[in-house]
Amino acid sequence: MRLWPQFGTRRARINRTPSKIVARGTPWATVMLASLLPGLALIASAPVLPPFGFLMFISWRQLRPGLLPIWAGLPLGIFDDLFSGQPFGSAVLLFSAAAIALDMIEARLPWRNFLTEWLVAIGLIIVYTALGLALANLDGAATPLRVTWPQIVISILAYPLVGRFVALADRFRLTPFLEIR
Amino acid sequence: MAPPANRRSGYSRRAQYTIFISYFAGVAGVLLGVVLLVVSFVQPSAFTGLRVLAADLTEPAGHVTATGRMASKDFFATVSGYFKAGSQHARLERELAIAKIRLVEARATAVENRRLKGLLGLAQQSPAPVVVTRLTSSTAASTRRYATLAAGADRGVQKGMPVRSEMGLLGRVLEVGQGSARVLLVTDSESVVPVRRASDGVPAFAQGTGDGTLRIRLINLGLNPLKKGDVLVTSGSGGLYRPGTPIAIVANILRDGATAQVIANPSDSDYVLVDRPFAPVPPPAITPIPDSQ
Repeated sequence: MRLWPQFGTRRARINRTPSKIVARGTPWATVMLASLLPGLALIASAPVLPPFGFLMFISWRQLRPGLLPIWAGLPLGIFDDLFSGQPFGSAVLLFSAAAIALDMIEARLPWRNFLTEWLVAIGLIIVYTALGLALANLDGAATPLRVTWPQIVISILAYPLVGRFVALADRFRLTPFLEIR
Repeated sequence: MAPPANRRSGYSRRAQYTIFISYFAGVAGVLLGVVLLVVSFVQPSAFTGLRVLAADLTEPAGHVTATGRMASKDFFATVSGYFKAGSQHARLERELAIAKIRLVEARATAVENRRLKGLLGLAQQSPAPVVVTRLTSSTAASTRRYATLAAGADRGVQKGMPVRSEMGLLGRVLEVGQGSARVLLVTDSESVVPVRRASDGVPAFAQGTGDGTLRIRLINLGLNPLKKGDVLVTSGSGGLYRPGTPIAIVANILRDGATAQVIANPSDSDYVLVDRPFAPVPPPAITPIPDSQ
């Protein structure tokens, strides 16, 4: 039994089904990898990289609302907190609150297009970064607000790219490659 | 648009309960986040073990990306080198001529230093570093400035040890795991380093601002003697950082101090050195002997 899809022209297309593990696990795995990414990418002396874990999380919630459960912010937030450098619990709180906020917005705005989703995400990114700064400052730091502006701009511009990646991962997720016997 | 008034998913009790429980768990996540935050505010060391374990587990990945980081930097340096070769060659020749003169002067100073130190009876004070290693990861998406070191208790790293590159001071060790350690960089806003001006020893504190610069606060109030381009070195007071380690160059003068650029950029440092704290930790308090009254 193969667990990994094989891409290319020679892949048999009929009599195949997606793997349940890949179909269920891809969102979780991508968000966790994205939480690790900013730390490993460079040794920064200023907050310059977007919080990729958070961007990936809200992107999955926007693209496939039912796929990650509404409580997914709890385990994914704990994982993010281990590596983000924020006081422990800040991502748990902010991921969960963002999931609930997205759910409420979705009930009021059932139609969706690129622009509305981006605008909603921009709002969430600004609030996330500002609250993250506030929580870090409560914990003993004294970083001024102006330090976060570059990060907010980069995050907003990076969000459509993250959405693109999530769409790609979503196609990968449902690639049928297991043979039905 | 207003949300639908009736949000029942259908007549299935099972489906209704599932939805209710998932919302309940979502709200519980928010509340648990608040609880975890309060715990980490009140007891900052509560999650050290978890964090250190996570850093230990991801340390091999950090090694790979650190190597890749250096390789890509070398690649870009090579490409850009082709474009800048001519002008750089001319500049280097000019600098070499100046450096040769400075070298002769420095040799004379070294001889004089040796003579004076001999007079004072001082030994050479530069013990070998505890370990030479790499920074494997950092908190690039947070406003806090932490980095992870690729060596931990297994190689003699201890809490409080200063970390520097060959250029200058980077930070100090905050938490130590088995194979990794967490470093508080000098640019973090919680880091305060006692410094002095290299030329004449004007004392000051260098506090991080979180954006890669340092805020220099003078200890003596009055006329601000700092000038743009002044080099600041650690003063050694407080007994953590060895005196004379370069840390920053003054960039902007303010009314009561300055902002300064850090000399040792952590992203440019291939390898970093972990030193022993400058002053040894004082011995524990003497316990009175019970029957010595």
